[in-house]
Parts: sequence; C-alpha cells; structure tokens
Amino acid sequence: MKSKKLLLGDEALALGAINAGLSGAYAYPGTPSTEILEFVQADPVARQRKLHSHWSSNEKTAVEEALGMSFCGKRAIVSMKHVGMNVAADAFVNSAMTGANGGLLVIAADDPSMHSSQNEQDSRYYADFALMPALEPSDQQEAYDMARYGFELSEKFAIPVMVRLVTRLSHSRAVVEVDDEPSAENELHYPASPRQWVLMPAISKKRYIKLLEDYQDFEAASEESPFNKYVEATDKSLGIVVSGLAWNYLNEVFPDGIPYPTLKISQYPLPKKKLARLFDECDEIIVIEEGQPHLERKIRGVLDRSGKVYGKLTGELNLTGELTPDLIREAFLKIKGETDALKRLEIREASKVTMPRPPALCQGCGHRDVYAALNGVLEEYESPKVFGDIGCYTLGFLAPFNAIDTVVDMGASITMAKGAADAGQHPAVAIIGDSTFTHSGMTGLLDAINENSPITVIISDNLTTGMTGGQDSQGTGKLEDICLGLGVDPAHCRTIDSLPKNVEQMKALFREEIEYPGLSVIISRRECIQTARRHASAKKS
Amino acid sequence: MKSDIILAGVGGQGILSIATILGCAALNDGLHLKQAEVHGMSQRGGDVQSNLRLSSNPIASDLIPLGGADLIVSLEPMEALRYIPYLAPTGWIVTNTVPFVNIPDYPELETIQKELDSAGNVVAFDMEEVAKEVAGPRSSNMVLLGACSLFIDGLKEEDIENGIREIFGRKGEAIVESNLKAFRAGRARAKEITKK
Repeated sequence: MKSKKLLLGDEALALGAINAGLSGAYAYPGTPSTEILEFVQADPVARQRKLHSHWSSNEKTAVEEALGMSFCGKRAIVSMKHVGMNVAADAFVNSAMTGANGGLLVIAADDPSMHSSQNEQDSRYYADFALMPALEPSDQQEAYDMARYGFELSEKFAIPVMVRLVTRLSHSRAVVEVDDEPSAENELHYPASPRQWVLMPAISKKRYIKLLEDYQDFEAASEESPFNKYVEATDKSLGIVVSGLAWNYLNEVFPDGIPYPTLKISQYPLPKKKLARLFDECDEIIVIEEGQPHLERKIRGVLDRSGKVYGKLTGELNLTGELTPDLIREAFLKIKGETDALKRLEIREASKVTMPRPPALCQGCGHRDVYAALNGVLEEYESPKVFGDIGCYTLGFLAPFNAIDTVVDMGASITMAKGAADAGQHPAVAIIGDSTFTHSGMTGLLDAINENSPITVIISDNLTTGMTGGQDSQGTGKLEDICLGLGVDPAHCRTIDSLPKNVEQMKALFREEIEYPGLSVIISRRECIQTARRHASAKKS
Repeated sequence: MKSDIILAGVGGQGILSIATILGCAALNDGLHLKQAEVHGMSQRGGDVQSNLRLSSNPIASDLIPLGGADLIVSLEPMEALRYIPYLAPTGWIVTNTVPFVNIPDYPELETIQKELDSAGNVVAFDMEEVAKEVAGPRSSNMVLLGACSLFIDGLKEEDIENGIREIFGRKGEAIVESNLKAFRAGRARAKEITKK
C-alpha cells in the first residue's frame, strides 16, 4: 500500500531509506543536508526500530561509522553538505576501494549559489574520481525512490553509491507517494571478499584493477537505469542533455512538451551509448546541469572539436550560481530566438528602493558579547588579527563588529592563528564555536599545544550547533576536559559566561591571555538564544 | 487552478508557518504542490522567501519563473518590493505595512509606499494592529494568511482553517482559536479593502 506525504527532498530521501530497511544514519549537520538525519531522528519507525541516528563529530567519522555498518551487512546512509565531502574524502575515496557489503549511500548536498556555504564545489567530481556510481534525483519522488534503488545498486555491485542533492531539492517540499510498510533490515552478515577491506598495497593493487573492471558494469547499469531517460522529439536541430533538478526547470520552460530530443541523466557514470545517440541524431547539443560544468566538460572533451556544444563554458548558461527556469529560458532564446514553443516574457523592473538585508547575530546571542569584549581589547593593539571559523559567529565579520580577518574551513581558526604566530604575528586570536571545535579544532589545538604557540583561542560555546538550527554538539559539557586532556596549561584554560554584564570582565580576561606569551584557551559560554527559547517553551508545555 | 505565491519576510517573522498551513490545506484539497524554502544562514534576521506553487495539474519547477507569480505575500513592506520582477502583470501584492528595521540604510516609508502604490493590485495594511485587536501581536502572520487567502482561487476557506487547526492543534485550543480569529480578521479586512 502507498500513501501521500508532503516532504522536503531531504526528508523524502531519508524516509525512502528507512522504508528500504535502513539500519543506521550518520551525519554532521550542514546546510542543506541537515534535515536528512533530523528526519530519521524523529521518524516513528526509526525510533521504534532504534535505528542509529546520533550526530557524528565530523563527516569523516560519519562515513567511517557508516562503512563499518555496511561491513556488517546492514544498510546505512551518511549525509553531509558538499564541503563536508572534503573532510570525508579520505574515507570516501577509500570506501570505493573496500567496496560495500550492506547497501551504503553517501549523500552529498551541494549548495550552488552559496546560499549558506563558502564555495560551490560539485560533488559529482568526487564520485567520478573515486570510480563510484552516483544518483542525482530530479525531484522529491525520485529522491524517495532512489534510496531503495541505491541500496540495491550498492549491494548488487558491492560498492558505495553517492546520492547528490542540491539546495533547491533538499529544501523544497512536494507530495511524495511512499510505502506504508517498511522493509525489514538486513541481517548481520560479512563481506563475500573480506580481504579487500584491508587496503594494504598488495591487496589494493589487485582490488584497483577489479574496481576498474567493475566500473564498466556501473556504466552498463547507467544505460539501463530507469532514471536515465531518452525523450524523443521531432526537431533535431538541437539536442538537450539535462541532469538532476534542471529537468524540472526545462519542463517549466516548455510546458507543452520539450520540442527537442532530450537525454535526462540522473545516474552516473554517464550512459555513453544514449549520449552518442543524441549526439549523432542532433545538429547541436546543449548541456544543462546544476553546479559545475561536469558533464559538459566530459562531453566536449579536451579539444572540444565538435563545435556543436552549448552550455556553461560557452556562456549560454551561467557558470556561477544556481540555475533557474529563467536562465534556461534565456539560454534557449540565445540559441534559437523566439519560437512557437518559446516566447519572451514581460517582466517588471526591479525595485530601486530595496536594500540588502544581510543576516545578523540574534539579539541576546552570546557571540555578540564575545565580539564586543574582543573588539574592546584589540583596539589597544596596532595590528591585531582574528582568525574566524564556520558557524553563526562568522557573522562577526559583518557590521557592527567587523571583527574577523579570515574564514576558510572548519577548524582553520586555530591552525591559521598558529601559522600566523609562527610568522611573528601578535596578537593572533582564533575564534571558534563549540561544535566546530570538536569537528576539526581539537587536532589543530594539539599542534599549538605541542609548540606552546603564543595564540589566544576563544571557544565561543553556545552548547549547540547553532547555524544549522540547534543540533546536539559533541563537546557539550566536555570542553574544559578536552582542552586539559590535550595538554593546555590549566593556568591558561579559562572559562567565563558570555553575558552583557560580564563584558568588562571578559575584556580583562582576553587582555591577560593575549599578553601571555604562550597558548591560552578561553571558553566563553552562553546557551544559544534560539535553543534556550525552545527548551523554555518545551518545559512550559 | 494554478496559484504561484512568493512568501516574503525577514528571518524569524514566521513566513514558513504560512507556507506550512497553505501546504496542508492544498494537500487536503488534493492539489499538486511545490514549496521551496530557505533554511540556514539567512534565517538569522536576513531577507527570506519561499516559493509556494499550488496547481490542479502537476508542477514542474520548484522555483517560480520571473513574471510568473500570481501573488506576493509579505510580512514586511520593503521585502514585498524585493520580488516585484517575479510578479505577473495581473498579480497581486498582499503585504503588512509595518517595517522591520534592522539595517542602517532602511529606506523612507514614503518611498516604499509610493512604489507599492505604483505596482498595481495591492492590499497593504497594518497587520500588527489587526492582530493586536483580535488575538495578539504575534499573530500578524495569521492576519496576512487571512488577507492573502482571498486571492488563492481553488483553496477553500474551511480547508485553510483546518490547516490552522492541524498545525497549531498540539499547542492547545486557545492558540488555535486566537489564530483562527486573526485569520478571519485578516480576510475580512482584505475583503473590505478590495470590495471582493
């Protein structure tokens, strides 16, 4: 039996996995992927079955935990935002070498347009590079259906499978037809070829050859995939290669049917035979894909000799930022002009009075007090540098605080401050949140401890993963112990409550530790105002 | 039936509850629905919008094309203007007139009003005031929901009310009632303004 549910793309994929016999979900929060694990945490079947759904410390630990579950024959998913793939890359790439036993889906949610990210890297490159099949749902229903399909593909070829999402699918709701009866979980069982899980050179050399052979089977599976569709049309002056979500935009632009033959791609590696057919049948080709020109580069080849391919690299489509139906309409107008199927639209002029409204730290947020105090102290120095990190407190870069000099990746505050101090910089201050600290700050802190680097590390602890909406933080209640355990001098491991009334006291503390010519850690603590409100209203009811 | 709606406001104002209730009503009416939301960084006091598409036919894109929106529904007057290029020539703007000023260069209210006036079909009033009269200042979004519901053909009033009951039900009968009051007051006020 089936029923209908209104689900985000993230939720559809999570529910699809649960209904396909999931045993464990692993993740570190990151926009736009966070709602996948959150859905598993709240789902009644998942709760009743006690499926694993605890947050991991970072994306790498998450992939390894999921791989361990797969090793034991059970179905697992691991989800992250695209830049999380960089953190997970060691585990991810090598998981193609070990292969999978129980179905394993690695879900990467890309963020073209950088709605909430520092770059727009395209996760399909990772799957390509690791020689792993990848699925790219075009809508919420496919996201749901691909969970089961992906597990089966993963078990059939004994290989992890990537599922690539993008923001507009992750965070868009639609009605999805779902199974009422969830399938049973796999029984615990071990890999048929156990030796390939030990990646020593002698074994890996053989395994790599086998993986390359298997890759041909992945290609054959793509040719047969129900998600890769060749849609016939009579006007062969142009052919369309379209992937993932862009398929919906294309249909929006041509509501009465796409006038040109179209190859819709939602499973990788590329289905070469289908692509060759389109290439041979049509005079010219346009490649429409969300993210970087991944397919387009492959189709063009290095020499790009066909001279008949349009896309992001030739400027018909945007090379940066996400696609929209409007940009796809523009691309066809550029190539074909107005046709019976495609007219220019009348569009109103943009308002000239609207001003940008950037996000800001909440009123009542402890990060505000940290920046107020820090700025108060640093104005006493000639050229202080503050190395920031990833989280709500990144907003300290903006007015009114203008407090941060760098933001790069998770954990880089501490290590960059150390490198700057190595270069002679003083004051070198690192500011990092509690969740980011346990994600990737601890190892860098050890480097600084071992050299007693003259840096001041402020852990602005709000007892949660704030930016993504308040998920449990792995270091809550343990930060002092972690720092002392790693070897921070107890005399320079200080704690204070980030409150407006404490700003003078915070300033004194910051000044003292900045003046200390060695490593100090200051844990400045106040519960996130958003989670505090939620906890208060939960108590009331 | 087709209704493409851009919901706008400032992060934290409550536009997602409007979207959720309309979505719930559309689902009960058997309509097709797509709703693109903004999560993450911009929810922290930045501009936020949601694309809500309702239709009796299947819907292709999650995003509304430029010039395609039947309705811009906004909890904040400047935010209503931000999405003007998305408004169809025959589209309506339904907006609260109370500004949310959290930026130093917020424009003069008069210029905003002028531009709204020149946009054509506009229903703009102080929704906080209406909310305070019947429910409480935090129900402005339900006043807005009521006002905009007048322009969504094919979505029955009682289905939206049931949506309110479904979404707020777990918070108790008193909350449901006050939200329903705000919804009805908003709808009545919009009727009065447009004589619809």
